[in-house]
Amino acid sequence: MSSHLHQQRNRAFVVTGLGIALLIAIFLSPFASKDPDGLDRVSEDLKFGEKELQDKPAYKLPFYAIFDEYAVRGVPEQIATPLAGLAGTLVTFGLAWGAGKLLVRKPGVPPEDDVSDE
Amino acid sequence: MITVDAVALYLLPAVWRSVVPSHLALHIPDGFLSLPVSLVTWLVAIVLIVVSLKRVESEYKDRTVPLMGVCAAFIFAAQMINFPIPGGTSGHLLGGTLAGALLGPWAGSLVMTVVFIVQGSLFQDGGLTVLGANVFNMGLIGTFAGYYLYRSIRFALGRNSLSKTLIAVAVASWVSVVVASIATAIQLALSGTVPLAVALTAMVFWHVFIGIGEAIISVTTISFIWRSRPDLLYEPPRKARSLASEPLMPR
Repeated sequence: MSSHLHQQRNRAFVVTGLGIALLIAIFLSPFASKDPDGLDRVSEDLKFGEKELQDKPAYKLPFYAIFDEYAVRGVPEQIATPLAGLAGTLVTFGLAWGAGKLLVRKPGVPPEDDVSDE
Repeated sequence: MITVDAVALYLLPAVWRSVVPSHLALHIPDGFLSLPVSLVTWLVAIVLIVVSLKRVESEYKDRTVPLMGVCAAFIFAAQMINFPIPGGTSGHLLGGTLAGALLGPWAGSLVMTVVFIVQGSLFQDGGLTVLGANVFNMGLIGTFAGYYLYRSIRFALGRNSLSKTLIAVAVASWVSVVVASIATAIQLALSGTVPLAVALTAMVFWHVFIGIGEAIISVTTISFIWRSRPDLLYEPPRKARSLASEPLMPR
């Protein structure tokens, strides 16, 4: 068995997976339901929504100048959420990959058994 | 090209978008939890994250690394898509059980943590002061309780059967959402935000339905992976193990 083939198949899976995520974040995000979600609905019904802090710590981060929730500021409304989805998906992908890369043992270390040993 | 398509595609929803304000998710905002409840949930989350870091460091192989990226990206994207449930409410995927089934509880927990950090810091979704509670409720309940429930059911029914694995995914992901809503209700009550009985009733009522969406998305995703690359699952079906024993990344 060639490891080249496996490498290709893995790359195909990663590209497909990231591609699906990007398609969802860019093209489906504008169609997301605008109804209040579970906790929002409960906080409205039970009237504790006003306890939400108005001056959120996240507003003090530099990202607040770029993103107003899931919308990029200063661009046409039609692309604000898709752009935010694109950026968020790529950042999440990169951070999770990077965290894994920092933690997981380097290639070249002799492999043991399968990952999922019982 | 993408932008041209996008503009055409969004002409209609844009009208409806402008009418209704956006809003956040099962994500707890700043202000809902008291300081003690915030601190305790931070502590629990940090302990579990540190254990996960160590386990990933000692147990995982580099073939998992790209999967962590893909899984995080997919769950972030899927969490943006609120689906409607009857009664004028919506819900979205949490994804903890899905991440656990794909990556195991340890890498799965790290992936969920990354998702909530990005949401809270970049998109003001979920309060930063209550990030510990959000990571615990929406991430770790799924990656630990959800994962171990999935594993028990799958291994009891038949590890190598797709349909039985999907039953396990469906049950565990639904349960994880309902448990997450119970945990959130308890934290709200302990914080003095709302009385326990009403919080529990209201939260569980909606999340019984939201959990069905969670189960459908998780089952669809695991089914797709099972059919295309079963060897990539944390616990692959036995017939896929011969493949899995091959080196998956260049050495």
